[in-house]
Amino acid sequence: MAKSILLVGVGGQGTILVSKILSQGLMKGGYDVKMSEIHGMSQRGGSVTTQIKFGDKVYSPSIDKGEADILIAFEKLEAARYLDHLKKNGILIVNDEEIYPMPVSSGLAEYPQGVMKALTDTIDNIKIIQATKIAKELGEPRCHNIIMLGSMVKFLGVKDIDWVEMIKQNLPEKVHKINIGAFKRGQNL
Amino acid sequence: MKNLLTGNEAIARGAYEAGCLVACAYPGTPSTEILENVSQYDEIRSEWSTNEKVALEVASGAAIAGARSLVAMKHVGLNVAADPFFTIAYEGINGGLVIITADEPGMHSSQNEQDNRLYALHAKVAMVEPSDSQECKDFTKKAFGISETFDTPVLIRMTTRVCHSKGIVELEEREEASIKEYTKDTSKYIMVPANSKPKHIEMETERIPKLRDYSNTTSLNSIKYNDKKIGIITSGISYHHAREVFGDNASYLKIGFSYPLPDKLIEEFAEEVETLYIIEENEPYIETFVKAMGIDCIGKEAIPICGELSPQIIKESLLKEEENEILKLDLNIPIRPPALCAGCPHRGIFYEVSKYKNKIVSTSDIGCYTLGMAPPLGVGDTCICMGAGVSAGIGFDRVNQMAERDKKVFGFIGDSTFFHSGITGLIDAVYNGTNMVVVILDNRITAMTGHQENPGTGKNIIGQEAPMVDIESMVKTIGIKQENIRVIDPYKLDETKAAVKDAYEANEPFVIITKQPCALIKDVQKKRKDLYCQVDQEKCTKCKTCLRIGCPAISFKDGEVTIDENQCNGCTVCLQVCPFDAIEFNGESR
Repeated sequence: MAKSILLVGVGGQGTILVSKILSQGLMKGGYDVKMSEIHGMSQRGGSVTTQIKFGDKVYSPSIDKGEADILIAFEKLEAARYLDHLKKNGILIVNDEEIYPMPVSSGLAEYPQGVMKALTDTIDNIKIIQATKIAKELGEPRCHNIIMLGSMVKFLGVKDIDWVEMIKQNLPEKVHKINIGAFKRGQNL
Repeated sequence: MKNLLTGNEAIARGAYEAGCLVACAYPGTPSTEILENVSQYDEIRSEWSTNEKVALEVASGAAIAGARSLVAMKHVGLNVAADPFFTIAYEGINGGLVIITADEPGMHSSQNEQDNRLYALHAKVAMVEPSDSQECKDFTKKAFGISETFDTPVLIRMTTRVCHSKGIVELEEREEASIKEYTKDTSKYIMVPANSKPKHIEMETERIPKLRDYSNTTSLNSIKYNDKKIGIITSGISYHHAREVFGDNASYLKIGFSYPLPDKLIEEFAEEVETLYIIEENEPYIETFVKAMGIDCIGKEAIPICGELSPQIIKESLLKEEENEILKLDLNIPIRPPALCAGCPHRGIFYEVSKYKNKIVSTSDIGCYTLGMAPPLGVGDTCICMGAGVSAGIGFDRVNQMAERDKKVFGFIGDSTFFHSGITGLIDAVYNGTNMVVVILDNRITAMTGHQENPGTGKNIIGQEAPMVDIESMVKTIGIKQENIRVIDPYKLDETKAAVKDAYEANEPFVIITKQPCALIKDVQKKRKDLYCQVDQEKCTKCKTCLRIGCPAISFKDGEVTIDENQCNGCTVCLQVCPFDAIEFNGESR
């Protein structure tokens, strides 16, 4: 039975890079992998989702509602939006970050209060990560996505995958050090 | 060697391995990355064409001249290219010709979800349908072979889920296919009635029967018998969804070569199984064929025509299974629609035009600027297809005149889209005397599809310098009078406002060209990375005028208007609309 990971965020948050590193690592680990990155108009600040499935053999790349083993949300409203895709006993890893959608910033709608509380009350397996905050501390706000990656790999149930090597393969050399540091920081959260 | 590739990357790899020599395309989601990846191979001459019709004609000419050629487009692109598509089908080829259509079930980034398998049926062009990345590569290579064996163009029908899903692909070496000799043959390559008539007959009586025999015998179409109570005929991504749901509890006829359909194989399979399901996305293409053969089957009466399929939809439609148990939150979650980016050069012009909202009609087009329709800017009455931002405006103006509506028409079109199909509309507007305004939003790139070069950018697909077609000279040549042309910097609102006023008051065709590069172009980002605006909270009266420009970097949070410095690129449009000088710019004043 294939395992499924759903990554959600806002266009520009670097979800696709994390998906790429994850699926390459899983392939190197000997699994059949399918990753689906549907990115229509999402570069313009819309919701972004990528779906990864891995196992001995993967057929459909799509993850339906109630099916994801792991939901990784780079923004908390997106966690709430896609929660219906998580399995009842699945794991949610959520970045404690708030990005206003256009209708909210232009005053036409409200960002709901108490998102984190609602999530915590509903899900047994939830891990809240201060990825944006930590990334700023590390001096590179953009590496919040690699912190998220670090925080989730232990939940994959796979061993012997050299994630650091995967990070190196996917990022330019001058940012290796900071991102490897970010990954390790994520692993220890 | 194994690699993790998207369907689009795998098509490119297949073209490379097959010895393809010429490739062209017009960008369009979900097909864009095919040519981007093909262009990385030095062996293939790759080009962005001005539109899909041009692309298919270039590829057809290259194929007739003897080279293996490829052309890629999104589904609606084939509408644009339909004219050469139908006739190159009569002519056949010399070097192999492969045409890729990337369809969009679910419309993630398109205006419709037409099923282009029907184009293969209509134009009688051989068609293959890969279901995953490995097949994308393998089928592309096969397609070149089929094209040359049967003297026909071959259509590869992709869908978003196949284009944009990554899977493991086994890579092989390139096999060079040398350029074939070209021999002049007017009866084959000049489609005048005297030649077309025998060509049509030849196609019906020779090529299609041969292709149908091939369809019945090729390994691209295969039967796998498991439990025979349920038999499933399926193709493309639907095969994987079906496998996920039924596993080994059903038998499968998987169709990879889908025009012409394999009649004998279908007959044989239908006889062996008890209940026959046809699982396909969008139109009942296979189902109609099967039913016309007099075979009973279950298809679209159970499975929806609209939208993308998924295993869950198949379960609910055919097995009447309930939905999975779903976690729910008691929250009101606002939508997160795409929006014009912070620093987007389209914002200024839309803001100024939005002040005329009740006095104008605006016909929009396909590109980032379609988003000008979204609140709070709300500029846009129609959006049909590429080019209609100009031409639909002409028609609208005619009726506004007849109905004595005092509404001026403003048409909007981007730089790449203007080259694609705006030029002909503008000529028509001038020729037929249309008192409309055409706004050409020149952001120096094809932005929406992820930054492809175009004839106005001065670079080609591999980044080499290329001649630059000047939009302003073109507009003049078409016949817009000099006094009716404004070339403006849309970051400067005073300039923009004056141009919009002049345009509104004009009594002749009028063109505004906005010139400012897309804020996401790497060089632009680099240049502006330290620029930003911020709100002086002491001066700010919370009047929220700045929120009316719809910039995602500005928000009203905890009783204060704030600007996210990371997103902001210092375009200063907000600063210019602020009535209280409460916004400061950290760069040199403009």
